[in-house]
Amino acid sequence: MNIIACVKQVPDTEAQIKVKADGSGIEDGQIKWVMNPYDEYGVEEALRLKEKNGGDVTIVSVGPARAMETIRTALAMGADKGVHVSDPALNNADAYVTAAALAAVIKGMPYDIIFCGQRAIDDDSGQVGAILAEMLGIPQLTIITKVEYAGSSIKVIKPIEGAQLLIETGLPCVVTAQKGLNEPRYASLPGIMKAKKKPVDVKTAAALGIATETKAKVAKTIPPPARPPGKIICGDDPAQKAVEVARLLREEAKVI
Amino acid sequence: MAKGVWIVAEQRDGVLRKISFELASTARKLADQLGEEMSAILLGSGIEGLAAQLGKYGVDKVYVGDSPALEPYITEAHAAAAAKIIKENDPAILLLGASVQGKDLAARLAGKLATGLATDCTDVKIADGKLLAVRPMYAGKCFGEIVTNTNPQMASLRPNVFPVVETAKTAQIIKFDPAVDAAQIKSKVLEVQKDTSGKVDLTEANVIVSGGRGMKGPEGYQILEELADTLGGCVGASRAAVDAGWRPQKDQVGQTGKVVSPNLYIACGISGAIQHLAGMSSSKYIVAINKDAEAPIFTKADYGVVDDLFKVVPELTAACKKLLA
Repeated sequence: MNIIACVKQVPDTEAQIKVKADGSGIEDGQIKWVMNPYDEYGVEEALRLKEKNGGDVTIVSVGPARAMETIRTALAMGADKGVHVSDPALNNADAYVTAAALAAVIKGMPYDIIFCGQRAIDDDSGQVGAILAEMLGIPQLTIITKVEYAGSSIKVIKPIEGAQLLIETGLPCVVTAQKGLNEPRYASLPGIMKAKKKPVDVKTAAALGIATETKAKVAKTIPPPARPPGKIICGDDPAQKAVEVARLLREEAKVI
Repeated sequence: MAKGVWIVAEQRDGVLRKISFELASTARKLADQLGEEMSAILLGSGIEGLAAQLGKYGVDKVYVGDSPALEPYITEAHAAAAAKIIKENDPAILLLGASVQGKDLAARLAGKLATGLATDCTDVKIADGKLLAVRPMYAGKCFGEIVTNTNPQMASLRPNVFPVVETAKTAQIIKFDPAVDAAQIKSKVLEVQKDTSGKVDLTEANVIVSGGRGMKGPEGYQILEELADTLGGCVGASRAAVDAGWRPQKDQVGQTGKVVSPNLYIACGISGAIQHLAGMSSSKYIVAINKDAEAPIFTKADYGVVDDLFKVVPELTAACKKLLA
């Protein structure tokens, strides 16, 4: 099997996000960068498929120079090789441009299944997997919690509101990983040592022949709307406080 | 020139979902500001009868693509049908729901139409004749204002955030040939396993009662279930509770779970880690019940109770029952 896992480097979930004073983005000096958690599920699933069925796992990432750390992390988990699309012209890439870069890389390679995270926890767009599938002309299975491989097809579980679906699709296809798919492994020390020697191709946008102009643009980044200060319900008796909360919800907030 | 505000309505099992009315009401407002028409795409099999309902929420025209290949929802079929009618009509703005289905379809369509898409928006407006879409990023730790330079300018709207407004209109119903070639569709839904609890999904709930580490174990959630039942709501959980195996994954609220915006969010025994706050800060009213007066959750709460949740919650259930009787 030829399996591809796309990964993105994002701020750690613990990161405090501060908006730049001029609204042009976020302050990224103090941020600890990690592999997008949803992409980790994709890498793990790719490795499990490889371990069971044989084959090869390629990591592809679009991102600045520091994104190489994330590619190395995936290689340390057990992936075989990587492709890093690194180009200052892609620093503000939207989902469309990112997908175009991934598609340009992947078109030249053999592939059966392509994993992406269902969304990246920085821009929360959740579009790259689907646009990539469209560009490659293959089916997409998004927000997936179980993958069962059966030769020329796969069966997956997709939770939707109030139900879950069992879907079958022919390969090749794109699967976007949701929490619940698996428990990603940690890279072992020997894995980390080996990863240093695994091949990673670095490519520019020009080498891939892709347009870097975005379709959607973040015109301004703003802090979240402030919530008005709340009331602490005082007193010693839990029952009395509960009655007061119920009254406020009914009379002031009018939500019950 | 691209003109008109369009939506893709969402139906399941022959019933229009609430997000469709939220989309129609919002699109109506934008269309009025632009002085343009507002149209809906409705896809499925045997669904023509649903089209007229959309008129009530201000839709001028409903384009109905009716074909057995469009039921149940499959990305490839729906994207092909929607893209066909969109290309024929060249709308300026296209809105979908940021539901599971809407997100899947919107992204595929953005690829097919080679245009920009703002996902999971909490506000949309017209500025300088163009769509300005406001959306949370970093799970709501900041917001972005998105503009798209290509048409249609696409946005998906977060469920439960936009109001449903009735506007008496008689929608013109236009049938079109979705031209879906079933042989080209590689995916198939083999089975639908319905959740039998009868509860709505957290992302669609009006009231969520959520529990964290302070629940001390899975048994503790019984009192939250009772409060949620009393208020017609659902039970959610923090990541700590889900990772401990106390609650299923689908109940997790937060940056790596669901982002919710109910009318009322009651956080019990949740300290309020930044990842959790990111998932629920857009709730309209927040109540926090926690023993620790220093817990960060109180910075987001409209009403806070510093006390033992095992004493407060049952009393709150009783007090609510009394008010609702």
